[in-house]
Amino acid sequence: MAVGCTKKPKANSEPEVKNQVENNQNLEKKEEVENMILVGRKAPDFETEAYHNGKFINLKLSNYLGKWVLLCFYPADFTFV
Amino acid sequence: MSIDTVFTHKMWNDHELSKMVDGGIPFPMLSDPGGKIGKLYGVYDEDLGLDVRGRFIIDPDGVIQAMEVLSPPVGRNVSEAIRQIQAFQHVRQSNGTEACPSGWKPGKPTLKPGEDLVGNVWNVWKVDNAFD
Repeated sequence: MAVGCTKKPKANSEPEVKNQVENNQNLEKKEEVENMILVGRKAPDFETEAYHNGKFINLKLSNYLGKWVLLCFYPADFTFV
Repeated sequence: MSIDTVFTHKMWNDHELSKMVDGGIPFPMLSDPGGKIGKLYGVYDEDLGLDVRGRFIIDPDGVIQAMEVLSPPVGRNVSEAIRQIQAFQHVRQSNGTEACPSGWKPGKPTLKPGEDLVGNVWNVWKVDNAFD
């Protein structure tokens, strides 16, 4: 009897744990989809250092709202564009 | 933007790029230490430890209108990037009443999406228009 009582809840709780893990994975997937870079979505804001006109400056993407921006990444200095 | 520091950007601009472009690079050269911004934009290659060639056109509302990603060995066509900006600017100025079809560049005809255009694109747009 005692064994039966302890076993039963264990068997019931297992799927619950499994569901929770699945839910967490779904949440992560949902977050990933929401953060995906897509046309028609807001460009993620960032702030970083830049070299411009002989000076080191701090630059924030959102300061360029109201203007068209061409954002270009490249592998390394001393390579082509 | 690359993973290089602003110090390296300065050296590259002052000692090489300024020999190709009078006065050096006219726009800011951004630094992305550790590829943190590249990761945000999906262009950071973990294995290489570098940002690959990603290019994003962002409109005045901060919305991404176009993107292009190349692996490192092939360079971009700058004229094509400018053509795309001109096309998106044209569409925005028309408040979305005009569309720029394949091969459009300033001076070429646009399309006016609507009931009348359905099935009639062949009348107003020719395959030759897709090419320069």
